[in-house]
Amino acid sequence: MTDASWRPGAALDALKARADLLRTVRAFFDGRGVLEVSTPSLAAHAVSDEHIDAIEVPGHGWLQTSPEYHMKRLLAAGSGPIYQIARAFRDGEAGARHNPEFTLLEWYRPGFDLDALVDECLALLTPLCAAGAERHRFRELFRAVTGLDPLTTTATALADRAAGAGAPAGLSGPQAVDYLMATVVEPALDPAVLTVVVDFPGWAAALAQTTEDDDGATVARRFEIYHRGLELANGYQELLDADEQARRFARDNEKRRAAGKRPMTPDPYLLAALRAGLPPCSGVALGLERLHMALSGAGRIDQVWPFPRDRA
Amino acid sequence: MASYSTSEFKSGLKLMLDGDPCSIIENEFVKPGKGQAFNRVKLRNLKTGKVIERTFKSGDSLEGADVLDVTMQYIYSDGEFWHFMDPNTFDQKPAGADAVGDAKQWLKEEDLCEVTLYNGEPLSVSPPNFVELEITQTDPGVKGDTAGTGGKPATLSTGAVVRVPLFVQEGEVIKVDTRTGEYVGRIKN
Repeated sequence: MTDASWRPGAALDALKARADLLRTVRAFFDGRGVLEVSTPSLAAHAVSDEHIDAIEVPGHGWLQTSPEYHMKRLLAAGSGPIYQIARAFRDGEAGARHNPEFTLLEWYRPGFDLDALVDECLALLTPLCAAGAERHRFRELFRAVTGLDPLTTTATALADRAAGAGAPAGLSGPQAVDYLMATVVEPALDPAVLTVVVDFPGWAAALAQTTEDDDGATVARRFEIYHRGLELANGYQELLDADEQARRFARDNEKRRAAGKRPMTPDPYLLAALRAGLPPCSGVALGLERLHMALSGAGRIDQVWPFPRDRA
Repeated sequence: MASYSTSEFKSGLKLMLDGDPCSIIENEFVKPGKGQAFNRVKLRNLKTGKVIERTFKSGDSLEGADVLDVTMQYIYSDGEFWHFMDPNTFDQKPAGADAVGDAKQWLKEEDLCEVTLYNGEPLSVSPPNFVELEITQTDPGVKGDTAGTGGKPATLSTGAVVRVPLFVQEGEVIKVDTRTGEYVGRIKN
């Protein structure tokens, strides 16, 4: 251990900027009558998403990968609009833009459709980032940058295109689209604007409602916001149907098994809350460190996170 | 040899790729939205020195390479092999011309070098960052020049040729930075 290893990796200025950002966020939601809540970080159940792995705490359960399930239970119990600044934990997510422990600003708006929530995100982000916004549909954006339609192109053609961009061979269609989105499409976005991407492919719905686009293809009522080359926020018009949710849990677990991952027990409390009735709502999760990185021009999450994971 | 998952990748980790031992230079985690995560990895092939870029699906794993960096003392060359000794165990290892590579022009008996062993055999040799070597040939300098402007070539006892200031003379011992091949200063006896 070197002598300076106890020292924080982020500059003290970054800590002050984070405190300012938290104050701005709280003032924004206070002004709009959205209630701040706190839900457990440690719980008996965790997400079943194929590509998100929770960290297990033996004898206690799982560190939450987002506060979504608990917040939906509050909504079903009649909380009205709520927001939370929550610590979240994801196993294996470590790199220049990822830390296994991070902070999500997550909020839910009963009565909002997806467009209304996008508008609210931009009302928060436009003045903070001092940037204008552009909206794109996933399918058109992907096609414009890669020349391939992400919904109708064969898996083989998508995988070939991804391999041409450096991907490992033999990806599935969705994996190839994920790869091309992260390595080809995202870097092509104008870093100076807030780019809102809507109507994700149906397979990427997670906990969002699905609908048909003009061509009859299934798309998710989901959006993402990118700025300065960073993915900042991910929002859904929330799935309300408990049976569909149970089917998605089962499908997730099939995919997890196929990928050699451990299946996760579907959260019975979330399913019961959906059965009791989640009010029609939209919700979004915004990575607070990512926003801080975009605002400060930091290239690495360690610059805005006081102690890097290997010295925490 | 153990295998390593992408979540254990970090710079300096030695892995087998396409049958050759490689060392990770950079590991970048890429994850789009809630989709499949990837690790984009830059590696140096330890046999050829070539830098390779490769992307793996996160969760994939690679076999570790039996590669070890040890500090060894250079003892002598028999013309075909350069012989190194572990100063703790006195264990000796011969390194061929491929393994010694450009390091050979800096090797002086008894100097300590970093030797990279692959399956127990020398794969590459890094000379010390600074070596002190005697000048065996250089033209006489111009009288009065002390600033070292321009300089002149000097051949060292190992055969290496470096640029030295004009005032440096044959028979003197100089300090050289082996990473740049540049003259650092004279060693006064």
